Amino acid sequence: MNPIPVESLHKTLSDQSLQTAIYDSTARLMLKRRNAVTPVPEFQELRSQANRIKQHAIENLDYYLEQLEQNVMRRGGKVVWARDAAEAVGFVRTLCKDKGVRRIVKSKSMTTEEIELNHELEKDRIDVVETDLGEYILQLANEKPYHIVAPALHKTRFDVADIFTKELGVEREEVIEKQTMIARRVLREKFLTAEMGITGANYLIADSGAVVLVENEGNARLSSSAPRIQIAVAGIEKVIPRAQDLVTFLKVLGRSATGQPLTVYTSFLSGPRRPGEIDGPEEFYLLLLDNGRTKVLADKNKRQSLYCIRCGACLNHCPVYRKIGGHNYPWVYSGPIGAILSPQFHGVTQNPWLPFASSLCGACGEVCPVKIEIPKILLELRSDITKAQSTAGGGGLERFAFRLFAFVMRRPGLYRFLTGLAPRMFPGKQGEWLRDVPSWMKWGPVTGWLSQRDLPPPPEQNFREMWRVRQRQSRPERQRQSSEVR
Amino acid sequence: MPRRVSLFVTCIGDQLFPHAGIAVAEVLEGLGYQVDFPEAQTCCGQPAFNSGFRDEARAVADHFLKVFEKADYIVVPSGSCGSMIGHHYAELFEDDPAKLKACHELEHRVWEFSKFLLEVAQVEDVGARFPHKVTYHDSCHALRELGVKSGPRRLLSQVRDLEFVEMDAAEECCGFGGTFSVKFAEISGGMAGAKIASLQKTGAEYVISIDSSCLMQLQGRILRLGMPMKTLHLAEVLASR
Amino acid sequence: MSREAVLHKVRTALGRAPGQSPGEPPAVRIRILKIGIEQRIQQFREAIEKLNGKAYQADSKLDARAYAERLLAGKRGVASSAPFLMECGIPSISGVVSGLTDRLALREACATCDIGITSADYALADTGTLVMLSSAEEARMISLLPPCHLAVVPRERLLTGLDELLDLLPVPSDRSSSMVLVTGPSRTADIEQILVRGVHGPGEIHVVWV
Repeated sequence: MNPIPVESLHKTLSDQSLQTAIYDSTARLMLKRRNAVTPVPEFQELRSQANRIKQHAIENLDYYLEQLEQNVMRRGGKVVWARDAAEAVGFVRTLCKDKGVRRIVKSKSMTTEEIELNHELEKDRIDVVETDLGEYILQLANEKPYHIVAPALHKTRFDVADIFTKELGVEREEVIEKQTMIARRVLREKFLTAEMGITGANYLIADSGAVVLVENEGNARLSSSAPRIQIAVAGIEKVIPRAQDLVTFLKVLGRSATGQPLTVYTSFLSGPRRPGEIDGPEEFYLLLLDNGRTKVLADKNKRQSLYCIRCGACLNHCPVYRKIGGHNYPWVYSGPIGAILSPQFHGVTQNPWLPFASSLCGACGEVCPVKIEIPKILLELRSDITKAQSTAGGGGLERFAFRLFAFVMRRPGLYRFLTGLAPRMFPGKQGEWLRDVPSWMKWGPVTGWLSQRDLPPPPEQNFREMWRVRQRQSRPERQRQSSEVR
Repeated sequence: MPRRVSLFVTCIGDQLFPHAGIAVAEVLEGLGYQVDFPEAQTCCGQPAFNSGFRDEARAVADHFLKVFEKADYIVVPSGSCGSMIGHHYAELFEDDPAKLKACHELEHRVWEFSKFLLEVAQVEDVGARFPHKVTYHDSCHALRELGVKSGPRRLLSQVRDLEFVEMDAAEECCGFGGTFSVKFAEISGGMAGAKIASLQKTGAEYVISIDSSCLMQLQGRILRLGMPMKTLHLAEVLASR
Repeated sequence: MSREAVLHKVRTALGRAPGQSPGEPPAVRIRILKIGIEQRIQQFREAIEKLNGKAYQADSKLDARAYAERLLAGKRGVASSAPFLMECGIPSISGVVSGLTDRLALREACATCDIGITSADYALADTGTLVMLSSAEEARMISLLPPCHLAVVPRERLLTGLDELLDLLPVPSDRSSSMVLVTGPSRTADIEQILVRGVHGPGEIHVVWV
């Protein structure tokens, strides 16, 4: 059971330049999304359609997985099933050994982060190269992604200059365009000499046996076309029934993620290259990963968490993410989607604070292209957590406080009595907000409040008292009085 | 025959911000409504619900159902309480058909204050005057669960001598979120700070919202930062003459 | 076996039996607007120019060839074996290598040339997109490795958008192992959200309509 990472949060919140980087980047992404969505009158309808298709696919997941497998095999590809990260990684390592793979180029895949693939492959002294620019920078810096879609959101050009000089031995370069060209040059050589390319998958198409890759740089195309062997690693929840469903999904994905009607490249790949085709991989593997997804699937109310198409919109709009950034979340998935997936994959008691680190503002659910009810799931998780804590004998004080709360709130007489006492006990001057309170008042919530804000004073009369006085007056008198007060 | 409405002032309105509740009554009476205040009211139960204590929340909700059983219209000067009652009560009573029915039926009778004015009373101009520069904060629950966005702005546009300016971060959360504000105080304070920076850019003297909890969060942080802006509930603006 | 284990877990989670039918999926949402060819050409140009790509309306195949010639002046190009490129006389332009069928030789040529020249199987007007299917005539690398991509396409292949494409081609896998939708030049904004073009794919793209 991990406590709230107070120190780490504090560090992030005190780092002014980091705060600006996160806030400004997400603001830009929010604006891009808005500009791409506003001119599309049917956008809300598309969201509903996307939700319905995902619901159908998830509710019938076994059927579509089997159809997908059949169709991948029909096109000359192989399907590998992995129950967990160890099995997935084990497959890749064995294949590399069998095929004499010394170098792998990878395009961005949160699923491979999830199973820590790179880390394991490096043990076999395989050169695993991230080819997405943001991921490449992070790989050199040995850091985890900060954001699902914009992994190096938190890095400035000066950070990048430092990293390139140190890790690549190049002359220091601070111009972003030139930095990009350095990466292009270095990575090109890797693409053309790698024996294997590993990608993720944005969608798995059941009726086609296809993997769909969505990107802007071209590294996914290169990773899936240049090397002899291609592996696409995907969570089982990525499957959708028909290629024609892309008409819905492609329209909501790009707009939600980066404000683009379509990303630069959308690849629809099915199997190794066919007889007659000049290039493309000779071998094609689809690696299907469970790793806890079936656990999420088992909860009827919360299985909609698996609809996620990894657009990152919820992160961009989350006021909490925009303050704490991607590294304060306990897992590779950050932001609101991370907050609902982590507890479901790892158990609610591992990071019990996580679903509570939200003001429930609802911005995430409002922008989710597949209409996952994130706030609703957060609330359910909170209830699951208090139940689990109660079973484990913990969380006693808070439970007691709320029992007391309920006890009082059902008894108006008692409520009136207790609330009548409070103003008399308040230390401050009438009507003035307090900066500090005497030590006898310094308990939990009060201290928490005062650490950031002044404390509101109870008024001279509470509402009931004012109401009572008011009701005794006649109406014209009341009106005259109140306009005088103003 | 005077139309009757019942006032649910919310526990925070009752104890800390009574003027907002009084202002609601004044505005409604000014429109010819007869306003009553069921004395047995306490809280909607949201603090318990949001903290994951559904049994306790249910107990409080049950009390609310009883207190307001006979009210034709229940007016609430809060979006978060309004959405708790209108959207989440049904979740609490899923397993109790009779109470569930009562909840669904209640949903039609509960009105956030600005929605009541626009959709039931069907007025935009309540004869108010407030000669100040103001901006508006979109309280999250009201915005996203009750669809309250243009309504308060329309009401403010009818207030005489009021200068309205829109803030960039109008739809961003103030950082209150109930117990979130104390459990994750530094994040909450940071969120308020981002909001206040946007507020400051407008040059407004007042930030208005339909929810006292948001105003409490913002005012508390504004004062801590030593800034001059003030907060005021929409009802109080509309009751101003 | 992992396969059986995973499928079993899925079925248990969902309360479904092996072989159980999924019922009707939600109807596919395909909406094809009726837009004339001239308007489509115009739409395509607007869309691709917004992305810093270029679209040119050639009067004739000769005019198309002339455009290509101007673009290639002094540079090296690799052309695919698309029949339409032959019809336009592209392979005979000075500096152009074509007819390469060996995968590695083709790759080497693409990696060292300045311009990759292809046709396209279809295009999408509303987004300024080229649809490239990999085949014996069109290799994947030609539109990917060189820093500039020139596509010479007959107008009739320009569709209104994705809906029309997937209506025509409901199962793209039937046609090819690879269908790529190319919408403008390669780009990234990974560093400080500053836009840079030509990261891995071509930074320049020209589409000539014939």
